[in-house]
Amino acid sequence: MSADFLYGIEVILNGLMAGVLYALVALGFVLIFKASGIFNYAQGVMALFAALTLVGIMEGQVPFAHMINAIFGTEIHHFGWHVPALLAIFLTLCVMVAFAWAVQKFVFRHLVGQEPIILFMATIGLAYFLEGMGDLMWGSDIKTLKVGLPQGGSRWIEDMTSGLGGDDFYGFFIDKLDMVATVVAAILVMSLIAFAQYSKQGRAMRAVADDHQAALSVGISLNFIWVLVWSLAGLVALVAGVMWGAKSGVQFSLSLIALKALPVLMLGGFTSIPGAIVGGLIIGVGEKLFEYTIGGMIGGATENWFAYVLALIFLVFRPQGLFGEKIIERV
Amino acid sequence: MKLKTLAAMALAGTLAAGPALAELVIPDLSYRTGPYAAGGTPFSDGYQDYFNMLNARDGGVGDEMFRIVECETGYNTEKGVECYESTKGEGALVYQPLSTGITYQLIPKATADGIPIHTMGYGRTSAANGEVFNWVFNYPANYWDAASVMVNYLLDENGGSLEGKKIALVYHNSAYGKEPIRTLENLSAQHGFELTQLAVDHPGQEQKSQWLQIRRERPDYVLMWGWGVMNQVAVQEAANIGFPMENFIGNWWAGAEHDVTPAGDAANGYKSLNMNRVDASLPVFDDIRKYVHDAGNAAGDGSNVATVLYTRGMYAAMLAAEAVATAQEIHGVAAITSAMMRDGMEALDITAARMEELGMAAIGPEFSVSCQDHGGSGLGIVQQWDASAGAWIALTDYIAPDDAVTLPLIMEDSSAFAAENNIEAGCM
Repeated sequence: MSADFLYGIEVILNGLMAGVLYALVALGFVLIFKASGIFNYAQGVMALFAALTLVGIMEGQVPFAHMINAIFGTEIHHFGWHVPALLAIFLTLCVMVAFAWAVQKFVFRHLVGQEPIILFMATIGLAYFLEGMGDLMWGSDIKTLKVGLPQGGSRWIEDMTSGLGGDDFYGFFIDKLDMVATVVAAILVMSLIAFAQYSKQGRAMRAVADDHQAALSVGISLNFIWVLVWSLAGLVALVAGVMWGAKSGVQFSLSLIALKALPVLMLGGFTSIPGAIVGGLIIGVGEKLFEYTIGGMIGGATENWFAYVLALIFLVFRPQGLFGEKIIERV
Repeated sequence: MKLKTLAAMALAGTLAAGPALAELVIPDLSYRTGPYAAGGTPFSDGYQDYFNMLNARDGGVGDEMFRIVECETGYNTEKGVECYESTKGEGALVYQPLSTGITYQLIPKATADGIPIHTMGYGRTSAANGEVFNWVFNYPANYWDAASVMVNYLLDENGGSLEGKKIALVYHNSAYGKEPIRTLENLSAQHGFELTQLAVDHPGQEQKSQWLQIRRERPDYVLMWGWGVMNQVAVQEAANIGFPMENFIGNWWAGAEHDVTPAGDAANGYKSLNMNRVDASLPVFDDIRKYVHDAGNAAGDGSNVATVLYTRGMYAAMLAAEAVATAQEIHGVAAITSAMMRDGMEALDITAARMEELGMAAIGPEFSVSCQDHGGSGLGIVQQWDASAGAWIALTDYIAPDDAVTLPLIMEDSSAFAAENNIEAGCM
């Protein structure tokens, strides 16, 4: 096999794994949109906030330390302890559940029955509030995430495949972190599907997603379901924040990963968990292949815009996305 | 009656809160929030702490106190312009935008308003031609100097020849990132190395394609023009593909502590340029701690002192303060105007003796500014990250750029700008 062909396969493999990372972000959007019809602009910031909180807890950082020191003239920064990763993840999940409850209690409960655009605007406000809160609580410096995730390419895969394409082929490069992300994403998606299909709360969630009024009439608490859904979105945000944060350190640009999820949602549909995964994979492979084959000829850096072009092409032929529900409104 | 009382109180309050006369007003267009805060915060801390130290220790400069007016830009060009418009009326002496995008927007505005801009190591490179850009200064070095210094360093590493070598440029796909391309293309033709250009889209969180290409093409060296998250991801990706870190060199905006710490030990050996030395033992830091931090007036939480970008912010403040002193001397008045400040900047002479006297010996190269040359000496050092020590180690002395390559480019670009904008080149 020629080296070029094998490198093409390498690009596809890496595109698939990048797609999984995009899908992780998109999943959070899908969960909330499916259950409440809200396009959650704050999903990217939730990933940032969750990752900041995780590092802050692990490092024993005092929340709001800068503000406390400025007001009281103190010099406190750390509690002096380090929290093990698993416990810190659990505590961060508790924070995200508390956030979900607060969002429901103080924001969306008061907006029931409002137009979708009003709800969308509320999530924009929420995003900026949460970004500011994250800054106040944990500071704006870049934090190193040490949860034991592997880094670097797999030498074993590289060595095993290096002889396939002659001297010009150096073996497949597969990032170990991407492999972990793929496994975690697979477990997460299967768990979410199993939860939605087989648990009482999951069925209630689906009922709310299908018809709010009907769900209310059979005694399902909308408040509880929405807190549950935002909590699940918080869990997904934490996983996405950890995976992306492991690549770059936990920093405020993490909130921009939401931009990578939008074409995935356009392509996969806003209401389908499998759609988010398949959409992520198509976008990941598509943008990487385009950059590999065409990018160099037109100046490179094509991935951001090509992902949207790809999504637009799908939209033209299938407006609801690959797996989205077709909306028919009669006049 | 009640309304009159309220109006009188409001007027009194406004007068009390208004700017006191005869202050040296220095706006600080900072970015402490958003994706680029990790770079903006230490620079701003150093910039402000130095002026505050001069106020507390020496009563300002020439018995005039500095007043810092901070405005948050979020590294956003529109906000930067808003900050400029909202602060220029305070009697601003000089602007340090810390953003190439903001700089490009401010050049015509500040020129019309008669307020100098200092863009050290960033902004519009051809502003080094002071006869066209009367109000813009980019000393001590610019991007094209940086590109040339990198190549001169590599020439030195390779026995004076780069013939047949492959060099890749990984750059932020923006006006900033594209700045060195022309220079590197010329240098490539001159020295016979093959240049590959790899653009990374903003913000640079995803760079897999670029680093897979580097892995396939195996360049001898990778140069980087990055900022923000692009730097951290690039260092991590380089380590992931096993690229030799000692052959990976970032420019001076890709060489701070936070650019390498997320990658941990894997970042060991990564190199970058610097336009100033990093030395925690400089006496000036003791004064900053004593007069500013211990007095509870630090601009930040005090954790950034002596880091790369804090030192650069402090260095920028020192250059501004020295220009103030020069302007006071030229015009014989303490309360200088922005026009006088421009004169001070144009007559600036930074000597080794003066830097030592200021408690920051050899922090930067010696240089002097003139009407023709607003760009300084263009010298830079190469530093290397030592992960175990958690410190940048200077590998070289100050390296000179190849003026024969950079000056014609500066003249060409500035002449084109002058022609487009009907500017008659000349000294003020």
